[in-house]
Amino acid sequence: MTLADVEHPDFLWRNPDPASGYDVVVVGGGGHGLATAYYLARNHGIRRVAVLEKGWLAGGNMARNTTIIRSNYLWDESAAIYEHALKLWEGLEQDLGYPLLFSQRGVLNLAHTLQDVRESRRRVYANRLNGVDAEWLEPEQVAEVCPIVDISPDVRHPVLGATYQPRAGIAKHDYVAWGFARRADEYGIDLIQDCEVTGLDIRAGRVVGVNTTRGRIAAGKVALAAAGHTSVLAAMAGLRLPLQSHPLQALVSDLLEPVHPTVVMSNAVHVYVSQAHKGELVMGAGIDSQNGYGQRGSFHIIERQMAAALELFPVFARAHLLRSWAGIVDTTPDASPIVGLTPVAGLYLNCGWGTGGFKATPGVGWCFAHTVANDEPHPYNAPFTLDRFTTGALVDEHGAAAVAH
Amino acid sequence: MQLIPCPWCGPREEAEYHYGGQAHIAYPDDPQGLTDQEWAQYVFFRDNPKGPFAERWMHSAGCRRWFNAVRDTATHRLLTVYRSGEPRPEVPTP
Repeated sequence: MTLADVEHPDFLWRNPDPASGYDVVVVGGGGHGLATAYYLARNHGIRRVAVLEKGWLAGGNMARNTTIIRSNYLWDESAAIYEHALKLWEGLEQDLGYPLLFSQRGVLNLAHTLQDVRESRRRVYANRLNGVDAEWLEPEQVAEVCPIVDISPDVRHPVLGATYQPRAGIAKHDYVAWGFARRADEYGIDLIQDCEVTGLDIRAGRVVGVNTTRGRIAAGKVALAAAGHTSVLAAMAGLRLPLQSHPLQALVSDLLEPVHPTVVMSNAVHVYVSQAHKGELVMGAGIDSQNGYGQRGSFHIIERQMAAALELFPVFARAHLLRSWAGIVDTTPDASPIVGLTPVAGLYLNCGWGTGGFKATPGVGWCFAHTVANDEPHPYNAPFTLDRFTTGALVDEHGAAAVAH
Repeated sequence: MQLIPCPWCGPREEAEYHYGGQAHIAYPDDPQGLTDQEWAQYVFFRDNPKGPFAERWMHSAGCRRWFNAVRDTATHRLLTVYRSGEPRPEVPTP
């Protein structure tokens, strides 16, 4: 299949009405929900599956993220699941039979202070011990990888070096969603849009169905993959989660000649930048501090983000902001996700990916499908339980994740 | 830019403030007596409603005082502000 074949995606899947019941109902038709449905069929032979989406397919955070893919996280638990995802990305176009514009152009995570330098080097060593490709680059090497980064020492946030993961990169988020949706549909999975879940039917401690704006749907199991709205859904089951939903903003410039060969992220100044295949600069900010479900953020966040971007990339001075937007991200206290079982039988959680869920899409789909199919976590998501906030076994990724995912 | 009405200074631009998360979280009377589940609830679990939310703000570029607000997280509309120590006022649902 060539790129020209995917320009009009309207008919890559059916648009069915909901049946009366399914073995598994996945709530949330974004990347995670679609990948979970696909792997339920592909890996576990479970095809009586519906994906319920309150809006349109992949119109939430999947349409709003900055598409960065990497696996250079600090702790063993995170490295395992993100590297699993990255390995799946590397074969995903073949597996889905669909072009994803997956481009392993590498990611630089800049260090601006001595503390950054120490933490970054530590992360490089930790990555290598976990089989994740990582290098420490001095400022001159940063300029070789990305010549448009200003490495002069007299700026407000001088570049003291960077971690570099060559296998990291970007993909075309819409194509990723469409690729999973098309294959899920081929397996007979119902992708049901305009279908908002309004209640969870729980009897004797077990979920038996969902109430929706399109009627009741019986369900053997219910898998939540609703990102920023997970707290709202969990409350329907009486569950209180350690999540806070925040706006996360991003923006694109007008179309430019290719100037930016890689992905650059800077936690200290809250900006991360790549250049999409089409030519626009794609930039993300840090989260807006206040809770919010409004899919929009405050303009001063964008202003500060642009100030930081301009200092790092003086060449961007004449670019124009084309549009900006926000998604709703569900953040956890330790900046790691929650994927696993709940106190309600048959109800499964995939949430808390905060600002960085896109990169995990195939990996979490794989592991969440395993969790749902076997009623038992996959080894890669076993550490990411809800009860780690009680036991204290946190996976603190604020250094590798935090703001800039 | 959104205006936030500080109970002492009046309406000021949002950028003058810092956010403090959910309001009315009291430090436990007897922290040693809490179970692990209760301690986890105190430390890590906060409400995350889509709708009216009682939360703390600090006027850090103004009077530098904390206060509480009820804000609708779905619309970002501030429904009321009140001083720390006062009970959450009744707010008509919009």
